[in-house]
Amino acid sequence: MSTVPRFWRHIPQRYNLVGTHCKNCDEYYFPPRTICPTCRREARMEDHKFGGEGKVVTYTTIYNATDDFKRQTPYNLAIIELAEGPRLTGQVICSPSDIEIGMRVRPVFRILGRDGDRGIIYYGTKFVPA
Amino acid sequence: MRSVSIIGAGCTKFGERWDDSLRDLVVETGIMALEDANVSGEEIDGLYVGNMSGGQFVSQEHIGALISDCAGLSRLHVPSTRVEAACASGGLALRQGVLAVASGYSDVVIAAGVEKMTDVTGGVAADALAAAADREWECFFGATFPALYAMIARLHIHRYGTTREQLAAVAVKNHQNGCNNPISQYQMEITIDDVLRSPLVADPLRVLDCSPITDGAAAVVLAPTEMARKFSDGPIRILAAAQASDTLALHDRRDITTLDATVSASRKAFDMSGIEVKDVDLAEVHDAFTIGEIVAIEDLGFVEKGEGGRAVIEGVTAIGGDIPVNTSGGLKACGHPVGATGIKQAYEMVLQLRGEAGKRQVEGAEVGLTHNVAGAAGRR
Ligand SMILES: [Zn+2]
Repeated sequence: MSTVPRFWRHIPQRYNLVGTHCKNCDEYYFPPRTICPTCRREARMEDHKFGGEGKVVTYTTIYNATDDFKRQTPYNLAIIELAEGPRLTGQVICSPSDIEIGMRVRPVFRILGRDGDRGIIYYGTKFVPA
Repeated sequence: MRSVSIIGAGCTKFGERWDDSLRDLVVETGIMALEDANVSGEEIDGLYVGNMSGGQFVSQEHIGALISDCAGLSRLHVPSTRVEAACASGGLALRQGVLAVASGYSDVVIAAGVEKMTDVTGGVAADALAAAADREWECFFGATFPALYAMIARLHIHRYGTTREQLAAVAVKNHQNGCNNPISQYQMEITIDDVLRSPLVADPLRVLDCSPITDGAAAVVLAPTEMARKFSDGPIRILAAAQASDTLALHDRRDITTLDATVSASRKAFDMSGIEVKDVDLAEVHDAFTIGEIVAIEDLGFVEKGEGGRAVIEGVTAIGGDIPVNTSGGLKACGHPVGATGIKQAYEMVLQLRGEAGKRQVEGAEVGLTHNVAGAAGRR
């Protein structure tokens, strides 16, 4: 089980989809990056709050999860491309038979998981069909 | 840089070795490799061991010192270094050993790998393996390792028309090969229907698309090629050992269905060795999941992008085909003790290139390639 700071420090990113934008090359990053891999030392990074609308690039439905996620199975996991370009991994709440590549999704605030049986319940962004 | 050869190799039986500890496995494989190389302790200049997660699997870190101690080398104070690169820890240990010998710093070096995975429950093992993915931005949202490969498979199917049967054909072939390998965890043939009827793990991947949880260890002994004949009648020359990396998270990759690290490392290895992909007689590739083998044979250049599934089901990668792949049974059937896998691949290649692979021997094999993922590709 983890201590509180492990979850606390990512609240802006996981609750509100705050990532980064490089002013030098105009590329957007989520999850946030401190160093732009294109510009490296020339990077000029600023925070950027993503709207969260995006589309499914690829997906799976998980039937066999780690202990922390067992009670949620089966659940859909997808790589989602946000409107600004970056891709992230997140759950899509819908029937496994309804999810498909190219599907439009929007973000919702949900419980993500539990750190063990008696640990912290943590929250963040999941997605639903738009 | 000096040319480097493998002068000896050993590998334990892979499987659920409930009676044996990590230490037992290390000692077993170490003795085999040193006897094969005809090397004494005084001659060993260094030791590299691939181990992904002793901490999580057996609550033991400091594996470098542990294996040097277990191998009886403590009084010689042989430098021993643990190498960690998730499932490619073994491949990287081998490459570190090659660098040490090639540079002239060391003469005789052992490159080993070990993982003891069955001392913990399945859920703990799955979580330990998930640590190879991005814990904060993949696993935190419920990703598992099979799920990441399932997403590669889903897009490969969507884009290239790869079929479920073609994925299953990888497992069927590798189980056939495993039946002819005495160290293989599984010694049973399976059918495409068996794979398609096995329980879903992460759609479209099923239980029989996934490599198992395995205990095992492997070791090879390296020496400068100019000294190799002093120890061995059949040294195997390492023509190149290359390594590359990519983003940690799958979602950040340039292309979800290509492992650019494989493309980059194999290009480097072909450049260094001066041979071409058509010169390769056989390959051991990283089939942690069936889709992994399909993507690997594409990214290594054996087949065009998108053609991997068809190649497997048409027998191109079977023993007797154009490019036999995973004659050992691969990770799928032979087993995948993560830290040991890269060294086991080298062990299989040593047997094949010496002509000692028995019923699974590839006739006339002269050039082999091994490919260990999480970021490594070595070849000889
Ligand atoms: Zn930039």
